[in-house]
Amino acid sequence: MELTGAQILIKVLEDLGVDTVFGYPGGAVLPIYDALYDSKITHYLTRHEQGAAHAADGYARASGKVGVCFATSGPGATNLVTGLATAYMDSVPVVAITGQVATSLLGRDSFQEADITGITMPITKHNYLVKDPGDLARTVVEAFYIARTGRPGPVLIDIPKDVSAARARYEFPEKVELPGYKPVLTPGEEEVNKAIALINSSERPLIFTGGGTVNAGAEQLLLAFAEKINAPVVASLMGLGGFPGEHPLFLGMLGMHGTKPANYAVSECDLLIAVGVRFDDRVTGDVNSFAPKAKIIHIDIDPAEINKNVRVEVPLVGDVKNSLELLIKGVKEKKPEKWLQYVFGLKEKYPLTYNQECGLKPQKVIETLYKITGGEAIIVTDVGQHQMWAAQFYKFNKPRRFISSGGLGTMGFGLPAGIGAQVARPEQQVIVVSGDGSIQMNSQELMTAAAYNIPVKVIILNNGYLGMVRQWQELFHQRRYSQTKLKNPDFVKLADAYGIRGMRIKKEENLEEKLLEAINYTGPVVVDVWVDREENVFPMVPPGGAIHKMIG
Amino acid sequence: MKHTLSVLVLNKPGVLARISGLLSRRMFNIESITAGYSEEPNITRITIVVQGDDLVLEQVINQLSKLIDVIKIKELPMEETIARELALIKVRALPEKRADIVNIVNIFRANIVDVNRETMVIELTGDEDKINALCEVLTDHGIVEIVRTGKVALNRGPRPAKEL
Repeated sequence: MELTGAQILIKVLEDLGVDTVFGYPGGAVLPIYDALYDSKITHYLTRHEQGAAHAADGYARASGKVGVCFATSGPGATNLVTGLATAYMDSVPVVAITGQVATSLLGRDSFQEADITGITMPITKHNYLVKDPGDLARTVVEAFYIARTGRPGPVLIDIPKDVSAARARYEFPEKVELPGYKPVLTPGEEEVNKAIALINSSERPLIFTGGGTVNAGAEQLLLAFAEKINAPVVASLMGLGGFPGEHPLFLGMLGMHGTKPANYAVSECDLLIAVGVRFDDRVTGDVNSFAPKAKIIHIDIDPAEINKNVRVEVPLVGDVKNSLELLIKGVKEKKPEKWLQYVFGLKEKYPLTYNQECGLKPQKVIETLYKITGGEAIIVTDVGQHQMWAAQFYKFNKPRRFISSGGLGTMGFGLPAGIGAQVARPEQQVIVVSGDGSIQMNSQELMTAAAYNIPVKVIILNNGYLGMVRQWQELFHQRRYSQTKLKNPDFVKLADAYGIRGMRIKKEENLEEKLLEAINYTGPVVVDVWVDREENVFPMVPPGGAIHKMIG
Repeated sequence: MKHTLSVLVLNKPGVLARISGLLSRRMFNIESITAGYSEEPNITRITIVVQGDDLVLEQVINQLSKLIDVIKIKELPMEETIARELALIKVRALPEKRADIVNIVNIFRANIVDVNRETMVIELTGDEDKINALCEVLTDHGIVEIVRTGKVALNRGPRPAKEL
C-alpha cells in the first residue's frame, strides 16, 4: 500500500496501539496534522509544546505505556527540550515526533530550522533524522522499542516536511534489528550466588528501592523479597510506591529530605541491597560517608549505573523482576531481630512531624489530602518544598501513584504531567500539588484542562515565595532573600478566566471540607491554599553533607 | 593511565558526534580519536585513546555501549596490540640543510613525500614515541607544520576485535 510519509507515520502509530497524542501544530508538521485529521488517534492540543512533552511524560508514568508528543520544527522542537530532559533523567518512555524543514533547506539556517537531533543528543536515549519516507515505519517501530525496553527513555524522530509529503510503500515492520542494542535482562549466575551469600550472612540488611522497581513492575516481588528476609526498606523519590508506604518494614524516603529512620538505617546497615536506583547526589549526600558500614548489592538494568557514583560489591545487571526472582529463590528466610528492633525503635523515636501551631501548615494540607483520598489518588507534583512535603506526608502504597520530576527537578512539570496522567487514567483521582512559583511556569495548560474538561485538581501551596530557594537562603545565605519573594496573580480569578472552578483556603478550620468539595467536583479545579509563609522542609541534609547529619 | 579502545559503530550520520559529545559531556579525558572504514561496508571502526584509572575506563566503556549505534567496544591491552600513528611533518629545508635532513629521515625509516625550494614534507608511521622522537630531532631545523592521525590499533592473534 502506497501512502505519504505523514500517512505512514499515523498508520504505524495506530498499528503500534497508540491512541493518544499530545502536541501542537505548525508549518513543518502540516502534512502530519493533515494525516492525523482522518485518524482515530485522540490528539490533545496543549498551549505550549513544553506542556505536550510533560503531558506525554505524565501519561507514560501513570500508565507504563509509551507517551507520544508532536511539535513543529524550530521553536516547536526546542520547546520540547525541557520535557525530554525531564523524561530522560527519570527514565520515562516518550516518543517525540518533530517536523523539520525540507531536506533541501537543511543546514541553511532556514525559517524555523533548528538542529533538534543535535540539540537533543544528550537528553534522549536515541534520536533520528528521517531522510527517506521508506525508512519511516521502521524508524518509528525502532523508536518505540528503544523507548520502552531496557532502561526506558525518550526517543525523538525528526521528519523533514518533504519526507512526510513524499510517498512510499507501507508495511508494518514485524522485526526490529538493532545490532548495537541488546539490553541484558538476566544477571550472571556467579554474581547472583555472591549476592545470595551476602544476604544470607548479613546481620543488618537494608533494601533501597528506586524508580527501576516501578519501571519493571516488580513491586510484588520486592514485597515478597523484603518479607522473606525481613529487611527494612527505604525508597528514593522515584521509588515511592514501589513498596507499600504503610508497611511496617518501610522507613520512608532517604536522602536530603529523607526521614531520620531511613538515613540512620543506611548509615548503620551492613548490607545495602539497591534495587533499580542510580545513587543520585540528593540521595547519597557526601558519597564517602554514604552507607559506610555496608557492602552494596546493586540491581540495575543499565550497566553504566554500576560503580558510577558509588562503588558496589556485587553488581546484578538485569531486569529488576528477573533479578529479584533469582534472589527470592536463593535466599534463606531470616529475621534479624536485633536490627529490626533498632529500626523500629528509630521509627518510633523519629516520626515525621511539624510544628502545628501558627497558621495553616502545608504539611497539614498534604495529610488532609491523604486522608480524604484514602491514599488512592495519583499525586503529581511540581518542584520545590511542596514536592518534598507531598513525598513525605502522602503515603504511597501502590506504584505509579507519585509522579514527580525527580532527576531534572523541572518546575512547571506538574500541571501538564497531571493532565497526561489523567488522560491515561480517567477513572483515577489525579491531584496536582504545586507551588505558587511552579504553577506559573506552565499555567497556560489550565486552558488544556478546561478545553477537554480534564478533571485534574490543582492544589497550590501558596506561600508567596520560591519556598525551597528561600529556605536555602535562610539556612545558607544569611536570610538574604534575593529574588525569591513572589508577586502572584489572583489564582482564583486566573482559574475563572480559563473557565475553571477556583477556590481559596486561608484557614485550617475549613481545610478538609473545602478540599473534599474540590476533589468531588466533576471538572478541573484550582485551589489556592494560603499556607504558612516561612515553613521549611525538614529533616534536611545540608548539601554535600553526610546523610546521618540532618538538621531539623 | 592510557587505555586504547576499539569501537565498532554503525556507519550512520552523526555517529561521531554522538561519541565525541558523550565523551566530552561525561568529562572523560580523550587523548585521540580516529575513525575509518572497516572490513564491513556498514561498520566504521574508531580507535579511542582515553586517559584515566580503571573506574573511568569502566564508565567510558559502559556509557559508550549505551549508544544504539555502537555495536562493540573492546579495550586493547598494550602488550597484545599493534598500534600505529601516521604523521606528516613539513620542515624547513634550505638546499644546504637537505642532506642532514635526509640522513635523519633514513635513520627513522621515514619517507620524504614532497620537496620544494624551502621545505620538505616527511611521512612517518610508527608508535607515538617514534614520531615524538623524530619531531624532536627536526625541531632544530624548524618545523613549519605537523599533522598526526592519532593512534590506530589492532589486536594481535587470529581473532578480530568484534569476536573478542
